[in-house]
Amino acid sequence: MFNFSKVAASGFAAAFMISSSAYAAGDLIINLDQTDPAPKKAFEDIVAGFSKENPDVNVIVNTMHKEGYKTSIRNFLTADAPDLATWYAGNRMAPFVNAGLFEDVSDVWEENGLNEQLKSAAASMTIDGKKWGVPYTYYQWGIYYRKDIFEEKGIAVPTSWDELVAASAKLKAAGIDPFTIGTKALWPTGGWFDYMNLRVNGYEFHMDLTAGKVPYTDPRVKATFDKWAELVKPGYYNANHAALDWQEAVPALVQGKAAMYLMGNFAVDVFKNGGLKEEQIGFMQFPEITPGIPMAEDAPTDTIHIPANAKNKEDAKKFLAYMARADVQTATNVTLGQLPVNSGAERPEERILQQGFDMLSNAYALAQFYDRDAPAAMAKAGMEGFQEFMVKPERADAILDRLEKIRTRVYK
Amino acid sequence: MSEQALAPVSSGNSPKFSGGPATSGASKTRSSKWIANQRKLAPWLFLAPGVVMFLVYVIAPIGQSLWISLYEWDGIGVKTFIGIANYIELIDDEAFYTALYNNVLWLVLYMLAVPAGLLIAIFLNQTVTGIRIYKSLFFFPFVISQIVVGLIFSWFYAPNFGLFTKLLEFMGVEGIAILADERFVTYGIIVAGLWPQIAYCMILYLTGLNNVSPDQIEAARLDGAKGWKMLWYVIIPQLRPATFIAVVVTIIGALRSFDLVSIMTSGGPYGSSRVLSYYMYEQALSEYGFRMGYGASIAVVLFAIMMVFITLFIVRMLKDEREGY
Repeated sequence: MFNFSKVAASGFAAAFMISSSAYAAGDLIINLDQTDPAPKKAFEDIVAGFSKENPDVNVIVNTMHKEGYKTSIRNFLTADAPDLATWYAGNRMAPFVNAGLFEDVSDVWEENGLNEQLKSAAASMTIDGKKWGVPYTYYQWGIYYRKDIFEEKGIAVPTSWDELVAASAKLKAAGIDPFTIGTKALWPTGGWFDYMNLRVNGYEFHMDLTAGKVPYTDPRVKATFDKWAELVKPGYYNANHAALDWQEAVPALVQGKAAMYLMGNFAVDVFKNGGLKEEQIGFMQFPEITPGIPMAEDAPTDTIHIPANAKNKEDAKKFLAYMARADVQTATNVTLGQLPVNSGAERPEERILQQGFDMLSNAYALAQFYDRDAPAAMAKAGMEGFQEFMVKPERADAILDRLEKIRTRVYK
Repeated sequence: MSEQALAPVSSGNSPKFSGGPATSGASKTRSSKWIANQRKLAPWLFLAPGVVMFLVYVIAPIGQSLWISLYEWDGIGVKTFIGIANYIELIDDEAFYTALYNNVLWLVLYMLAVPAGLLIAIFLNQTVTGIRIYKSLFFFPFVISQIVVGLIFSWFYAPNFGLFTKLLEFMGVEGIAILADERFVTYGIIVAGLWPQIAYCMILYLTGLNNVSPDQIEAARLDGAKGWKMLWYVIIPQLRPATFIAVVVTIIGALRSFDLVSIMTSGGPYGSSRVLSYYMYEQALSEYGFRMGYGASIAVVLFAIMMVFITLFIVRMLKDEREGY
């Protein structure tokens, strides 16, 4: 009984601390959306490193579940802002920037030479000519495939669209689903649309489309869908993908029932946990479709921001500068298994990451991801349309008409 | 201090106190006024906490929803008044009609819970050893959380390893991923919803059956009634109050069928299993939503639909009360 009351008391104390604004001057509160083991470890290391260099700052970290964080951030930014909060680059941060909830950190970029070091991500952190946060990691998207199955079936790694379709036909004939995907949560479809559109129409067109400058009924969008149909109509995706989450689509790849998976690099960890050996996993760049179009890639960037209502902005800016540093980003991304944004950071040692690093270094341009480049309402409707297309490709025209109707409403 | 503070209160209850020495002239008239009106005032005082709660947590939010539905607002930025533009958009929104249609489907099919519950209740209404255990087992689905029900049925329907798929394959039919097929998805979720709802109706009828008068059954039996006739003309009329409650809770259950949709499909595939409540949540509060005004306008429509049933319910209840049921 005594123990219980003690626990309860400390619980109350904790609750009080979180809700009260009576922090000591040297406290720095960080809200994190990373609960997975690797990212959690990475942040623990960052905090430990920062505390060592700034012993007078007491860092307090609140960790939240990723999905819950996406809704709770709207509350805590307005009601009880931390000093730092993780979020995403591109259009995804626009609502908070426009509502005046994120702090302009252009000075941090200026003073620490970040305009040079973080150049590759500068565009996605800029709104109205100002920088609104600091990117600390990004990762490549591409096609992960089963090396051993490709070898067994005598398939060379496709470098063009025709080769990819031919390889798919061959796999399908052998009773293997060429691609596995789980579209229940919708966003995996965004990766497919991004790559189809980037390869068919190029980066500029894709950016214009996600910025709402081009109608969805444009013949070029239709061309993207027509190309995509070459994979959808013959059934080169696993059946019932609309019932699966992306993790639930992984076993097919592990069991050899499917041979390829278009995903972000975070999936490699899941493949390995599922039982795939390092040498079984191959990575390839999404092949060229329209010849001559420079290859742009999806590389979603994770970022950290200072809320406008933060109490300890001085230390928060120190922390941003620390997280942007080359050596810190190198260490962080080794733990994360992702790529550092800082150009001075070291090249990763892991094979697939190296491939991704080289691919992104040579990329013509980087897109964030459909649901980060397009505003939320458009992204939701768009990805729902892509999912419908992947189930009912014959409805392409009706889907595009619907998306166009939504586009005219969303971008007023 | 406490005695003094208590005095005026206790004065209301003890008439003899009104003539007591501690009462001055002014408070004497006041307390006599209080005595004169206390029969009128007392009910309001007793109702006050409830009324205040109702005003703050029910009436005010309804007003706010109506108000917000006239605005374009993302929840954090500037509110822009746009009149009834949200409702005009709603009329032209295919997703809204899908959700509305699904809501109607829910309402109609959910009603199956009432006869099914009655059937099971009659079946269980016998005196056999251990019947209580059976009753508890049948009631079990209502006890577990809707979220758990949703999860169980998601696994049940899961392609590849789900029991349902295996059953179909066993019967020689190719497995169907119910929750990924726009034709079956809503039915699949409704079945999941019926499972606990039937148990609920059953328990209502079981208590109802306890109150069925044995004299009337005896009399009916003497008159030669049995089987369906007995059920239809003698038992069911006596179960009227239970039926009424069962229908009401089922209608309300169908209209707030949010949790199952959310946990089983998130409204998918491509929005074909959405219901109004889920669509409202999606537009206003989900990851890609934050159109508070539009969400509120959906809420208003849902409220209007519910209002029809609530009005019917209240009118009926008042009528019953007057007739002395």
